[in-house]
Amino acid sequence: MRILGISAYYHDSAAALIVDGRPIAAAQEERFTRKKHDHRFPANAVRYCLDEAGLDLDDLDHIAFFEKPLVKFERLLETYLANAPRGFRSFKTAMPVWLKDKLFQKRNLETALRPFSRSGRGISDKLLFAEHHQSHAASAFYPSPFEEAVVLTMDGVGEWATTSVAIGRGSTLETIKEIHWPHSLGLLYSAFTYYCGFKVNSGEYKLMGLAPYGEPVYADTILRNIIDVKPDGSYWLDQSYFDYATGLTMTSPKLDFLFGAPARLPEGKLEQRHMDLAASVQKVTEEVMLRMTRDLARSTGIENLCLAGGVALNCVANGKILRDAAFKRVFVQPASGDAGGALGAAYAAHTMHAAKSRRIGSGMDGLEGSYLGPAFSQPDIESRLAASGARFDVLDDDALLDQTVARLDAGDAVGWFQGRMEFGPRALGNRSILGDPRKPDMQKTLNLKIKFRESFRPFAPSVLAEDVADYFEMGEASPYMLMVADVKRNRRRHSTPEEKSLFGIDKLNVPRSDIPAVTHVDHSARIQTVHRETNPRYHALLSKFKERTGCAVLVNTSFNVRGEPIVSSPEDAFRCFMGTGMETLAIGNCVLRKDRQNPALAANYTQDFALD
Amino acid sequence: MLSLMSELGRYMSARRKWWLFPIIAVLMLVGGLLVLAQGSAIAPFIYTVF
Repeated sequence: MRILGISAYYHDSAAALIVDGRPIAAAQEERFTRKKHDHRFPANAVRYCLDEAGLDLDDLDHIAFFEKPLVKFERLLETYLANAPRGFRSFKTAMPVWLKDKLFQKRNLETALRPFSRSGRGISDKLLFAEHHQSHAASAFYPSPFEEAVVLTMDGVGEWATTSVAIGRGSTLETIKEIHWPHSLGLLYSAFTYYCGFKVNSGEYKLMGLAPYGEPVYADTILRNIIDVKPDGSYWLDQSYFDYATGLTMTSPKLDFLFGAPARLPEGKLEQRHMDLAASVQKVTEEVMLRMTRDLARSTGIENLCLAGGVALNCVANGKILRDAAFKRVFVQPASGDAGGALGAAYAAHTMHAAKSRRIGSGMDGLEGSYLGPAFSQPDIESRLAASGARFDVLDDDALLDQTVARLDAGDAVGWFQGRMEFGPRALGNRSILGDPRKPDMQKTLNLKIKFRESFRPFAPSVLAEDVADYFEMGEASPYMLMVADVKRNRRRHSTPEEKSLFGIDKLNVPRSDIPAVTHVDHSARIQTVHRETNPRYHALLSKFKERTGCAVLVNTSFNVRGEPIVSSPEDAFRCFMGTGMETLAIGNCVLRKDRQNPALAANYTQDFALD
Repeated sequence: MLSLMSELGRYMSARRKWWLFPIIAVLMLVGGLLVLAQGSAIAPFIYTVF
């Protein structure tokens, strides 16, 4: 059975193809259009998925959309009705869009899909619509390695649900409870993201990265005034502090009054207050998630947990859930945001609608590393690079690894472009920029010279899976960079009294371990374990680096600059290489050195992308 | 438009929300007037609405 899943028209459009319950291809549209969080119909991603499997749209059994537009419309109308006459401005803005466009989403989908079909007929009969949280839950449970699991999904909002709990057993997935709009943990986090001056839907990572610089001094204020959390983790938000239900902003003036100042302007000065707010909302989020997972583990007696939805990208909270050990094993869908809804909708159509039995993978999980995007053959890479004006050497595999490791050891930032692109927001060693984590200035160099982003943002380590316990307080696999754990005590460096007295951003420049570039100010790290079974080439590179330096860890950051989608093609990679301070680039078996390139090809690259 | 009407009918029946019918009719009328008063369907991004 062949099923195409689609997520579109909100943010992070994507397409995914599963054949007989196995994911064959999946990609986000932004990677092709080079527009971050592109919400338009994912025409390029659909084309890629069909080409990867050599199929035409006519060959598909179903096409599954990740949510139900009419139920979303119902939520809008009921919200406007409940709050009338407040919300008229929002109503006035929203209605034309819905009446002219969004209500006709089925027709729009049919029109957009027609060019992919030989016959141009029968598309309407194949279209299915899953519920938003059903898509998230299916995306986490069906590819998980578990026969039975509690599936917890949390995000901003879908149709009505903002949090849902389902029980997955074999091929069945049954929702047992939900929390509904406007009470939403995801929107609470997004509201603080907005209040601290970051962009909603993309700045949440920044808030999470900023949290360790602050103290959670406002956590009690938030818990006393804004959110009422019950012992089982269910919650209720006081809507008078927010404006998202009926207004055009996330927070209301009452929130400004509670914290004694208006929201920080984008790119405005970051103060200690913002770091404390970030730490506080992070602590509250963790508290809610931990109460919820403890209660679910106790009440169901099930040992496995699956997580999905935007909140599941909060890897700090995920790490705490793992260490809390209420559940023995935890699986987090790597594309937990709405892009992953495409995969989930396809899984739901296969197993829940068509009642086909679920296929539990024999390896780590059914996604096998989430390398589901496009790859380029060596001759194709060479011709594309040549057409771009690149000067490169072609090496055999051993020489490529040797040279890359030598450049990393010399302190270069190395672009590493290999094999199939990752599905999900993280670069997992196929579209990555790598660096030596032992170099104390690597974090600053990568942030300011390569990524052109805020200096406080941390970098993640890739570590050989077999060596993870030598470096971090964690023994489990974390192949998707969605778990945070502390660097091992014996590797930490003791701070001097002067260093201990530093506040906020000043803490950044203090080395905290023997792998300082990936050790955050609270000694934590967002870990990716690298497995020979899922990414043999990256595993071989790390092994060679360990052989040369004794260190089994590399800095791994996504191959892009601030505001740019992760690179997809060799041309994207070459442009990014030439527009940044990266010194070396390895694409397939081609190696490029910056000092050998034509300087005229170095365009002013960063201006092409709006700041995120 | 006819297919949308039939979809709305099936949706209200499936979710047993017939009481929404007069509200949808009035809101669509008001919304329709807004559409006529305003040329474009392009609107600023509102997080939860779309």
